[in-house]
Amino acid sequence: MLDMDTIAAVATPMGEGGVAIIRVSGTDSIDIVDKIYRGKEKLSTVDSHTIHYGFLIDPQSGERVEEVLVSVMRAPRTFTREDVVEVNCHGGIVSVQRVLELILANGARLAEPGEFTKRAFLNGRIDLSQAEAVIDLIRAKTDRAMKVALAQVEGRLSREIRELRQNLIEAMAHIEVTLDYPEHDVEDVTLNLLRDKCVEVKKEIAGMLQTAKQGKILRDGLSTAIVGRPNVGKSSLLNSLVQEEKAIVTDVAGTTRDVIEEYVNVRGVPLRLIDTAGIRETEDIVERIGVEKSRQLLQQADLILLVLNYNEPLQPDDYRIFEAIAGMNVVVIVNKFDLPQRIDLEDVKKHFLKQPLVMTSAREEKGIDLLEQAISEIFFTGRVQQEDLTYVSNTRHIELLRQAEQAVTDAIEAIELRTPVDMVQIDIKKAWELLGEVIGESVGEDLIDQIFSQFCLGK
Amino acid sequence: MGYEAGSYDVIVIGAGHAGCEAALAAARMGCSTLLLTINLDAVAYMPCNPSVGGPAKGHVVRELDALGGEMGRNTDKTYIQMRMLNTGKGPAVHALRAQADKFAYQHEMKKTIENTPNLQLRQGMVDELIVNNGVCEGVITQTGAEYRAKAVVLTTGTYLRGKIIIGDLQYESGPNNMRASVKLAQNLKELGFELVRFKTGTPPRVHKNTIDFDKMEIQPGDPEPRAFSYETTETIKDQLPCWLTYTNEETHELINSNLHRAPMYSGAIEGTGPRYCPSIEDKVVRFNDKPRHQIFLEPEGRNTEEMYVQGLSTSLPEEVQLGMLRSMAGMEKVEMMRAGYAIEYDSIVPTQLWPSLETKRLEGLFTAGQINGTSGYEEAAAQGLMAGINAARKVQGKEPVILGRGDAYIGVLIDDLVTKGTSEPYRLLTSRAEYRLLLRHDNADLRLTDIGYEIGLISEERYQRFTKKRALVEQEKERIENTRIRPDHPEVQAVLREVGTPELTEVIGLDQLLRRPEITYAHIERISPAPEELPAEVKEQVEIQIKYDGYIRKSLQQVERMKKVEERRIPTDIDYHLISGMSKEAREKMSKIRPLNIGQASRISGVNPADISVLMVYLEQYNRVASKV
Repeated sequence: MLDMDTIAAVATPMGEGGVAIIRVSGTDSIDIVDKIYRGKEKLSTVDSHTIHYGFLIDPQSGERVEEVLVSVMRAPRTFTREDVVEVNCHGGIVSVQRVLELILANGARLAEPGEFTKRAFLNGRIDLSQAEAVIDLIRAKTDRAMKVALAQVEGRLSREIRELRQNLIEAMAHIEVTLDYPEHDVEDVTLNLLRDKCVEVKKEIAGMLQTAKQGKILRDGLSTAIVGRPNVGKSSLLNSLVQEEKAIVTDVAGTTRDVIEEYVNVRGVPLRLIDTAGIRETEDIVERIGVEKSRQLLQQADLILLVLNYNEPLQPDDYRIFEAIAGMNVVVIVNKFDLPQRIDLEDVKKHFLKQPLVMTSAREEKGIDLLEQAISEIFFTGRVQQEDLTYVSNTRHIELLRQAEQAVTDAIEAIELRTPVDMVQIDIKKAWELLGEVIGESVGEDLIDQIFSQFCLGK
Repeated sequence: MGYEAGSYDVIVIGAGHAGCEAALAAARMGCSTLLLTINLDAVAYMPCNPSVGGPAKGHVVRELDALGGEMGRNTDKTYIQMRMLNTGKGPAVHALRAQADKFAYQHEMKKTIENTPNLQLRQGMVDELIVNNGVCEGVITQTGAEYRAKAVVLTTGTYLRGKIIIGDLQYESGPNNMRASVKLAQNLKELGFELVRFKTGTPPRVHKNTIDFDKMEIQPGDPEPRAFSYETTETIKDQLPCWLTYTNEETHELINSNLHRAPMYSGAIEGTGPRYCPSIEDKVVRFNDKPRHQIFLEPEGRNTEEMYVQGLSTSLPEEVQLGMLRSMAGMEKVEMMRAGYAIEYDSIVPTQLWPSLETKRLEGLFTAGQINGTSGYEEAAAQGLMAGINAARKVQGKEPVILGRGDAYIGVLIDDLVTKGTSEPYRLLTSRAEYRLLLRHDNADLRLTDIGYEIGLISEERYQRFTKKRALVEQEKERIENTRIRPDHPEVQAVLREVGTPELTEVIGLDQLLRRPEITYAHIERISPAPEELPAEVKEQVEIQIKYDGYIRKSLQQVERMKKVEERRIPTDIDYHLISGMSKEAREKMSKIRPLNIGQASRISGVNPADISVLMVYLEQYNRVASKV
């Protein structure tokens, strides 16, 4: 955070346009991107202020990750007055995130809020008169980022990380005590025991990482409600979205017992499906709509997926739903397209003049791609605005978890080599600190406190 | 009525472990120095355990020695037992610990002080500081002597408003019934210093001839004792053993049934005690599932039968102490010679100090040792040395010497104190260091001798010896890194078979071979010896540096990064309240600590990265405006 190492971040707001720019700034920026870029020539050899077409590859697997345009700008004629590389890639969240992760995994650090601007100022690029503005920007961005980050790690993930850290710190305190009080009658921590512990921790971090990558941490996806009368095919539509494996479903209990939230990624657009209890065929949607709580939930939704039955005429319940969602972002889905038409489509269109309408057959898996496209268009044409910080902090979590996993892996390797326990401790401590950063807990005196509360020492 | 008693460059108040180092350093750096003590017979007195060193503390003694301090040499001359601890663990936590001969230690230190040019040792109790316009200019003693000085180092230990507590008994006293210093505490308060009350304690002492050692476990010294000082060539082979016994249910019952008489629980003690050094009553209460606690019996010296009962620090009434002692195996008939006691004393809140150990409030006043909230002889000596050095440098118009957290445990200790403060008597632990692997006891000379030499505390002759060693280490490392061994080498496969590691199938670097866990430098010598026989400490250094190269390199990178941040200085006259973008907590903390650089600022608790970013932007603005004027 303090020194001028190489930083990276997404420079374009999420959901604004189909192309995203990831900006990398610092002494190593060109080298770092070179490691993952394959094009006609090495970026280290190209002229300043030029743009190059190529691919990003994962150097570990050799796999092609993205098709990109890369601009190389050498210091000092850049925004930060440092070497800057900008990677232009497809704007979907999943691809942006993969590119950013790749850059971070190859030596850059995720930029702090406002850090590019801060560097621009510190390097003399920005005029003195703007210092106050820079300070305000850092402050404001940090406050927002903190709010989002904290909101995201509430709940299960933070509880899991806390448990993991407690587990680690007990082991660490045990090791420290045998180092600082060698003559005390505390048994030494054997390397075998420590390895078992590390393996277990690694497994848990890997699990979290998997979860995080799939977007479970991404708690602030577009809140999306699927509404429709019973038996119009809401469940099967959801399943179609889910089964294509671009989607992830979890069941995180919401604020009330009967509200379930599920997360789905559709072409890079994170959807948080709310009130999916209403999807159950047994539920009486009319009753639910009548309930004030459901009405509120609907109104909070960023996006409504309205499901109608192609095979039935519109019914009073349908009209009541139309009324409840009037003026909102709606994708109208006319399902059961494979059956004979009984619905009055013109009537539907009259109610939803400016909203996209797609015909689907969940049973035959038809029209699902059209539905996905409609959702992503709404999102990327900016009709739905989302705060980009959400996924910045998600990237941060993934990056921290990845580093923590690496540290534990290092520890295990060191143990295999019979490295002295105090050196293994270096990696264990690092993992513990990184996990702390995910949930915003500072390092402080925790370890020393733990030593003295866990062990009986004295002179 | 006062009288003019003389004028010095540096006056050191208190001749404990901090005071002795401070006075010796200042005098050796060419300052006329006065060392004042309440009792001339208490110079370098060890009021608690008769030992020096251990993890982190032993490292500090080595560091002191590399900087030209006295504690290492003095211990080497007088110890009764020496052990290297943690030998089964990594080199970073190997630690030397000596059982000291308390009396010999004192006599030797006093003799050294008495024979040091520029240094006057005198008995006298300081009641007051002479202060003019925020500058400390001297001291006034109880007998009315007024001494003038350009710098004053205050090392009051547990004397400052000291109070001894044994059961219901309480009385004003310094350690072991020395006189307490009461007026000076009042004076410091009047001068505006924030004081806190801390507490520590000591166990009873017993007569050796009344102990049945057959019922105890013997703890001998190392057969080949090592020395603290890099100057020591001969070590003392004639060593005395320590002994180990345990508390038992009876001991614990006795403690539990007398808890109401323990000052810690009756409320008689107001000071905060250290968690790492709890009294036995504390241990029994807090860890009541532990059936027994270790008790070590350690000789207090060669010419005494008194033994220190390590592990039994207590302030229970005298007769309960005797009962506890006699409940343990081997001590059924023991005679107690002195009772254990708790002692309360005043210390100053150490965030009132600059990293040079000069007080922010009074220019020219330095403090070191227990007055700064630490405990331990080694911690005191380390601060004493640094305060002495910086007092002398101030007199000589030079910049203070400030060690970083990546340079020395001494740097960690002082930075912790002045940046974070402490809520209990502070003890160094290896776990307090971020770069433990770099701060090894074996390389203290490599880390610090250059600085010691530059300051003027390391002699030319010693420095030459040191640079020769350093060159030999580099040379041998280079040889090993550039030597390649073929599988048909006559000795290599035999050695590898012998230690049970896979034999060579292709050419390999000697350094890679040394990195195998089973291979030591001794094996390397058999495979490919150096052109000439090398001193043992050179071999040790080469082995550690090559074997742990990967880890060392990683730590070094981190230190480099930290150093860069510490190069970004902060003017001390910044008005933090003007920096609106900073959180309120950060503004208040920074106003109080007044960090000298961005690195230190970032270590203040409650300061977050955004505060630091804002501060950096503010400083840039501040500097640009300043450069325009």
